[in-house]
Amino acid sequence: MSLDKATVARIAALARIRVAEDELDGLARELSNILGWIEQLDAVDTSGVPPMSRAADQKLRWREDVVDDGGIGEKILANAPAAKDGFFTVPKVIE
Amino acid sequence: MAAAALTGLTIAEARDGLLAKDFSARELAEAHIGAMEAGRGLNAFLTETPERALAGAQEADRRIAAGEARGLEGVPLGIKDLFCTEGVATTAASRILQGFTPPYESTVTRNLWDAGAVMLGKTNLDEFAMGSSNTTSHFGPVENPWRRKGDNRPLVPGGSSGGSAAAVAAHLCAGATGTDTGGSIRQPAAFCGVVGLKPTYGRCSRYGIVAFASSLDQAGPITKTVRDAAILLRHMAGFDARDSTSVEREVPDFEAALSRPLKGLRVGIPKEYRVDGMDPEIDALWQKGIGWLEEAGLEAVEIGLPHTQYALPVYYILAPAEASSNLARYDGVRYGHRAEGGGDLLEMYEATRGEGFGAEVRRRIMIGTYVLSAGYYDAYYLKAQKVRTLIARDFAAAFEAVDVILTPTAPGAAFAIGEKEDDPISMYLNDVFTVPASLAGLPGISVPAGTDGDGLPLGLQLMAPSFDEETMIAAAAAIEARAGFDGAAAAGGA
Repeated sequence: MSLDKATVARIAALARIRVAEDELDGLARELSNILGWIEQLDAVDTSGVPPMSRAADQKLRWREDVVDDGGIGEKILANAPAAKDGFFTVPKVIE
Repeated sequence: MAAAALTGLTIAEARDGLLAKDFSARELAEAHIGAMEAGRGLNAFLTETPERALAGAQEADRRIAAGEARGLEGVPLGIKDLFCTEGVATTAASRILQGFTPPYESTVTRNLWDAGAVMLGKTNLDEFAMGSSNTTSHFGPVENPWRRKGDNRPLVPGGSSGGSAAAVAAHLCAGATGTDTGGSIRQPAAFCGVVGLKPTYGRCSRYGIVAFASSLDQAGPITKTVRDAAILLRHMAGFDARDSTSVEREVPDFEAALSRPLKGLRVGIPKEYRVDGMDPEIDALWQKGIGWLEEAGLEAVEIGLPHTQYALPVYYILAPAEASSNLARYDGVRYGHRAEGGGDLLEMYEATRGEGFGAEVRRRIMIGTYVLSAGYYDAYYLKAQKVRTLIARDFAAAFEAVDVILTPTAPGAAFAIGEKEDDPISMYLNDVFTVPASLAGLPGISVPAGTDGDGLPLGLQLMAPSFDEETMIAAAAAIEARAGFDGAAAAGGA
C-alpha cells in the first residue's frame, strides 16, 4: 500500500495531529514503507482462526456497583493547563 | 564501607548487609545519591529525588533497629518515568506530559514502597516507551556505560527502559523498574549487561503505568543478578482490582525458585530464530548457552515456532493501533502541555498534539489510526489479531514438549547513538527475538552471558509457559552461574 500526500493529511486530521505541509511527502514515504513491510502478513492463511485481543485468557471480573472513589475534583484539576470554577476550560466551542 | 563498595552491592547483598547492620540504610542511600550525581553524564535519570531516598532510608533504619524490616527495606531503586509517582513529575519522556504531577501512585511502585524500598529518582526512556535505543526521549538520549574497546563513541543503552538499564549497569541504583511491550525490558538489559525480566501478562498491575499498548504492556525488574530480579519481582507483582487484566493468583517466592532442580527438564531451541545473516558471535553464544543448560541437567530439543517471522509485522500493527487509542487522551485539556496561539478547540487539539509528540510517537499514532480506519480494519488489524492467535498456538504446542525456550535476546550488541535512525524498520528489527513472547503474553528473561569482539555485553533470553516464571528463573540462574559474566567493568566508566 502506497500512501499519497492527501491520505497522510487525512490520517493526520483523524489523529488530531497538525503536520506541516512540507513534512507530508517524507511521512508518506515512511508510512508507505512500514505498511509495505507489514503486508507480508497477507501470506498467512488465517481462515477459521479467531482473533486474539488479549494476552491473558480470562473473563472480566464483576464487582459491586457502588461508588468507591471520587470527591477529588481539586486534585484532578490541579494538572489542567486551564481551569476555572471547578471546570476544565477550553477554547470557545459554541458561537 | 566505601561508597563504591556500597553501590557495587546486589539487592540481596544490600538486604543482608542492612539486616546484619554492616552499614545503615542512610549510608546506602547516600552512596547511591552520590553515584547518581556523578553519573549525570549518562542522562539516565530525568528526575532525582534524593530527599525522598533519605527520608525512606531514615524510616528503614528505624524499622531495622526495631526488628520490623520488610522485604526490600532500605533498597534504593530507580523508577522508569512511565510509572505514576504521587507528587513526583511523571513525563513518559514526552513534551506533551510537561508539567504533569500525578495525584496518585501506580500499584507497582506502591507495592515497592510498602516493601520498604526507597526511590532515588525517575529514569529516562524512549518517548511513551516507543523505541529500542532510548533516542526518542524528549529529554535526550541515554548513554550506555559500556564502550567498544578502543572506541570512545557513546553507545545506546537499548530501549525503551534504557535509563533503568544504564543506571543499574553503572551502579547508580541497586535495581530499577522497567516496562516491556515488545522487548523494552529484555533488550536494554542485554545491551547494558544486566538482567531484565518481563513477567507473564497479568502478573504485575498496569494501574498507574502510562499506557502504550494495553494488551502487551507489563512491568518487570532490571537488576544486576537473577536473584535480584526474583526478589524485586516478588514485591512488584500481585493482584490488583484496579487493573481489569490483573490475574488473581498468589505471588510465589521467586527467590526460592533459584535452587530448584533442573535435572530432567527440557529446553527448546527454536530453529526459526536462526535468522538469515545472524551474527556469528550471537550464534556462538547461543550454542554456549545450550551447553550450559545441558551441564545443568536439561535436555536440549529442537522445536518449531513456525509463525515467528510474522511476529514483528503483527506487533507493528497491534501496538500502534492500541497506542493511537491510548494516546488520544493527550488533548491539552486535562493535563500536560497545551499549545498557545488561540484558534478553536480543534485547532488547539491539533497544535497541542503536533508539537507535543516526537517523530516516532507521531509515526506510530498515524500507523495505528490508519490500520483502524474504515475500510482497512479487517485487512490490517483483524488480520494481525488472527496471526497473533497462531503465534500463541505455536508456543502452546512447543510447551507441550519443553519446559523453557532458549534464544538470543537481540540480534546484535549495543550500537552507536545516531545509528539506525534513517530507517524505522531497521530499528524495529532489534525486537525480533523479544516480540513473540510479548504477543503470546509469556514470561521472558534476558541474562548477560558474554561479550562480543568489541567487548560489549550480549544476552540470552529464556521464555517459559504462562505463570511459570519460577522454572525460567531457575534456568536463568544456571546460565548466569556458568557464564561468569563480569558486569562491574561498566560501573567504572560512568
